[in-house]
Amino acid sequence: MSSQPTVEHGHEEHGHEHHHEPAFIEKYIFPLDHKYIAMQYLLTGMFMAVFGGFFVYAFRLQLAFPGISVPLYGTVSPTEYNALVTNHGSVMIFWVAMPVLIAAFGNFLIPLMIGADDMVFPKLNRLSYQIFLASVVVLIVSWLVPGGGFGGAWTAYPPLSAKAQYSLTPLGSTLWLVAVALEFVAFLIGGINFITTAMNSRAPGMGAKDVPMVVWMICIASIMFMASVGPLIAGAVMLLFDQNLGTGFFDPDKGGDPILWQHLFWFFGHPEVYVVLLPATGIVAEIITVFSRKKLFGYQTILYTAIATGVLSFFVWAHHQFVAGIDPRMANVFTITTVLISIPIAEMMFLYIATLYGGSIRFTTPMLWALSFIAEFLIGGVTGIWLGASGMDIYFHDTYFVIAHFHYTFFPIAFIGTFAALSFWFPKMFGRMMDETLGKIHFWGTIIALNFIFIPLFVLGAAGQHRRIYNYNHYPELSTPDLQSLRVLATVSLLVLIAFQFVFLFNFFWSMFRGEKAPANPWRSTTLEWTTPSPPGHGNWSPNDMPRVYRGPYEYSVPGRDEDYWPQNQPS
Amino acid sequence: MATDPNLRLVHPPPRQLRRAVPDQVLGVMIFILTEIMLFAGFISAFAIARSSNDAWPPPNQPLLPVQETALNTLALLLSGAVLSYAGRRFASDPRAALRPMIVSMLLGAFFVVFQGVEWVSLLSDGLGLTTSTHASFFYVIVGAHALHALGGLGVLVALVAWLRAGTLTADGFWAARLFWYFVVLLWPVLYWQVYLR
Repeated sequence: MSSQPTVEHGHEEHGHEHHHEPAFIEKYIFPLDHKYIAMQYLLTGMFMAVFGGFFVYAFRLQLAFPGISVPLYGTVSPTEYNALVTNHGSVMIFWVAMPVLIAAFGNFLIPLMIGADDMVFPKLNRLSYQIFLASVVVLIVSWLVPGGGFGGAWTAYPPLSAKAQYSLTPLGSTLWLVAVALEFVAFLIGGINFITTAMNSRAPGMGAKDVPMVVWMICIASIMFMASVGPLIAGAVMLLFDQNLGTGFFDPDKGGDPILWQHLFWFFGHPEVYVVLLPATGIVAEIITVFSRKKLFGYQTILYTAIATGVLSFFVWAHHQFVAGIDPRMANVFTITTVLISIPIAEMMFLYIATLYGGSIRFTTPMLWALSFIAEFLIGGVTGIWLGASGMDIYFHDTYFVIAHFHYTFFPIAFIGTFAALSFWFPKMFGRMMDETLGKIHFWGTIIALNFIFIPLFVLGAAGQHRRIYNYNHYPELSTPDLQSLRVLATVSLLVLIAFQFVFLFNFFWSMFRGEKAPANPWRSTTLEWTTPSPPGHGNWSPNDMPRVYRGPYEYSVPGRDEDYWPQNQPS
Repeated sequence: MATDPNLRLVHPPPRQLRRAVPDQVLGVMIFILTEIMLFAGFISAFAIARSSNDAWPPPNQPLLPVQETALNTLALLLSGAVLSYAGRRFASDPRAALRPMIVSMLLGAFFVVFQGVEWVSLLSDGLGLTTSTHASFFYVIVGAHALHALGGLGVLVALVAWLRAGTLTADGFWAARLFWYFVVLLWPVLYWQVYLR
């Protein structure tokens, strides 16, 4: 190969040559720097969370007080109710959890934690955000077209999603599907970048077992996303054809099969749960080690359980279809795989608890979020075992029990995980500390309200309350006063939870400009991102002082040392 | 403590990591993983539709041109083989890769044009997109592959331009070849599943 006369200055996309500070537009509007792209994803995700939160506010008030004129919204019609529920789910999963947990923190953390100056493909990274922004625009336009937003649930089962006479908004459903497809393309490009960067750009000396857990988790999640999204894109193309060109892939009248969509959707949809779960567990791993001053218990075991979860999650999808008319023998198989997948996740949770055992724990805001993640996610996980058993699921299917279950998984993932990560890495992101008192007020207000929202929903679901009902007054056995009072309790708790988010927003923006200046390593942590100033400059480290790695990422309380932490980059 | 692999008390200076696969090649590999799963989705959906219909393909619609497409398949396979040859020539002398690259590109273009001609004749014979589920699957799956072939041809054109300008790197060429191999090797699988079964 050495004799090969390769021509210099290829079309490669490395940004190594510009280490100067870029101008305003280049820096904030069209950045190539991974940190600013991360900020763009973070702020866009927060912006979309406002919509997701507003939608749930509107339809929960309709459920608790049927027919009232919702403040700031007005009366919710049945069609609007369906569109609100559908877009609440779509926005929270595709436009909040994915961009914030994976894209924002993946972009921010991967190069900093592995000691790289940027992503391997900065231009692709920028393109990824621009496509994501286009998907946001298309989604918002889909709410404004005649007929309103798509109302066929975030799972978009045909024929409801395929036929205009059922969806009532042909343009809205097509635009919704296009927005989802664009969003997938954005994350495909982003994921290629994450995996390639983590594989090829690690600091000298950083072997596979010196990589911080959150980087591993984001990479495993990206690989899972890559492997699962293909069939859904295929399904989305077929659904677009059914909607607009008159084909009948999912139409039994024309020889198609509506269950086929369910398979294609859930083949993606179930791994997707773990795609967002794994980064959140990685974030928790980073935080609990720092604030218990202990080495992560069972680094390799956690890594292998994460991989096992990832593999197994491709074989559980049909547990969403137990009542869809699939073969009962197949339901048995999927019950077994579904119950099996609780083993690696439970193992991971036990290892986290073992990490805490005997540590010197400090209850800072990020630590409170990390601990509450373990507690709240366990409730979601345990109720999932019930739903995974096909016998139980036939009763619980499409009740509020399912709603409560997956919110106990998704809320910890998308919000508790995000708040943990934001309060932990905020000093590195913005160079200032967040306010601890406000952080704790926000924490307790959110966590207590969260449980008062969803525990009533477990009870309602067990009482047989079906999930897709606009007004329970039309169903005498579901509109008894005790059931209705539980609905009111859940809705009022939601209002409390939303109110406490303003504390967070105030803390976030106030601290960004007025917070106490952050030192380079405020939490006395060992990983590489804390060895560069807060916030890091362009290129993260100065080019002739790139970090080198001498040990694993969790060397806390090592006997015989003066400090209780031993950074990865210190030779001795 | 010295037995703990994470804790190296004696420190050799860390060495730069060896990249097993260049960045661009790794990126394309991951992309191809997604593409394989995309077509696996199409093919498994097609297989389900086939198994749930008694007469497949439906008897009263025009037959797919099996023999002609076999010839076309050979043209595409040949294009991949010629590009592989170009890759080997590139390693010793980049300029020598130009001619096989153009041949590979022309064979690929022949494949796409031939497919287009087939589609036109099928459409004029009355096999429309909505004639049957079978026909819908045919157009969607083969069309998806044709889009990939067009994208690959665009890459081949760019490669020729870069080679002429002297800006084609070995890694970039390797990554582009991988994508074209994917397009080439995917086709026999689709041919077997869509035309022959």
